[in-house]
Amino acid sequence: MTVFCSFCGKAEADGDHAFCRQRLSMIDPPRYCAECARRMVVQVTPDGWAARCSRHGEITSAR
Amino acid sequence: MTAAPEQIDVLDEAREQVLERGVGLSEQQVLKVLELADDRIPELLALAHEVRERWCGPEVEVEGIVSLKTGGCPEDCHFCSQSGQFPSPVRSAWLDIPGLVRAARQTRDTGATEFCIVAAVRGPDKRLLSQVRDGIKAIREDGNDIQIACSLGMLTQEQVDELVAMGVHRYNHNLETARSHFPNVVTTHSWEERWDTLRMIRDAGMEVCCGGIIGMGETLAQRAEFAVQLAELEPDEVPLNFLIPNPGTPYENYPVVEGAEALRTVGAFRLALPRTILRFAGGRELTFGDLGAKQGMLGGINAIIVGNYLTNLGRPAQQDLDMLEELSMPIKALSQTL
Repeated sequence: MTVFCSFCGKAEADGDHAFCRQRLSMIDPPRYCAECARRMVVQVTPDGWAARCSRHGEITSAR
Repeated sequence: MTAAPEQIDVLDEAREQVLERGVGLSEQQVLKVLELADDRIPELLALAHEVRERWCGPEVEVEGIVSLKTGGCPEDCHFCSQSGQFPSPVRSAWLDIPGLVRAARQTRDTGATEFCIVAAVRGPDKRLLSQVRDGIKAIREDGNDIQIACSLGMLTQEQVDELVAMGVHRYNHNLETARSHFPNVVTTHSWEERWDTLRMIRDAGMEVCCGGIIGMGETLAQRAEFAVQLAELEPDEVPLNFLIPNPGTPYENYPVVEGAEALRTVGAFRLALPRTILRFAGGRELTFGDLGAKQGMLGGINAIIVGNYLTNLGRPAQQDLDMLEELSMPIKALSQTL
């Protein structure tokens, strides 16, 4: 469930996130949990990334 | 009435001085190159490419990097999302040894000859050096003979000696920008402290990797100053980054460097550093897109970071490897570096 923007952490319904989506599609891994907006612990590796929310667990680029 | 002195074109000068004799441009000459009109960029890039082929050869050095210790850095480098002094969304993280071994393997599988282990610190403590030592041992036990580079901040002589003993062959420590601009970018340590670490690295026999970031509010004159200060250091490698305005950093609202300006910078740095490995590093995805990356590779660049960076993502490695194949640029083999 995507409620919050993974780039800026604000509510998806709140404002325009076109810039956020562009950054996420080009050069940024998610930084905020899409379910609760907590900042995630993110590890970038040469061929992927893993992002862990303390409440909602880990997501990875491999999905 | 006396005639005005004849203006000598800087690219004509560069052809004779840099291409024929291998002597890098002076600060004033680099500034002239940075001020060239857009319609002269193709000519500049063609010359820079010739210089690179003449003095470095046709091979491209491929490297992968990984962040061993992310975030929580006590320094205030204004461009960096890993500083603990700014409200950046980047949280602290440590990569464990199995993760480091996997990252080295991923890098080796691309055909890269270099793997750089990076930590966001002022300088390494015993725990970090121990992690690096154990990591290198585990990478070797995995049967991976890739060359290991490190970037762990400022070092003491004892730490330099330890890294040499671990088999680290190259050390990255960027001066980041011109000496005159550095105090605007970093206030928690000085340009001179960085320079001192670089001299120790060189004196210990490690290869020196030292570059910086373009687009941090420096003037063109300061960009020229930086190129010549790097040349004075005689580094083995210069990684050229373009600012990624990351959220929460003091530079988050700085503009992305425009493509033509970035290409002029690539060409100018090659003409200042004819024999150095000049590497495309972070920010090229935003600045150039796909087309500009090719122009850069044909404009003096002879090395590339493939895959992701430390906290930002790069293009998929295969995309860059395909580009090199399309450009008929051979990848430097490990056997050529040992």
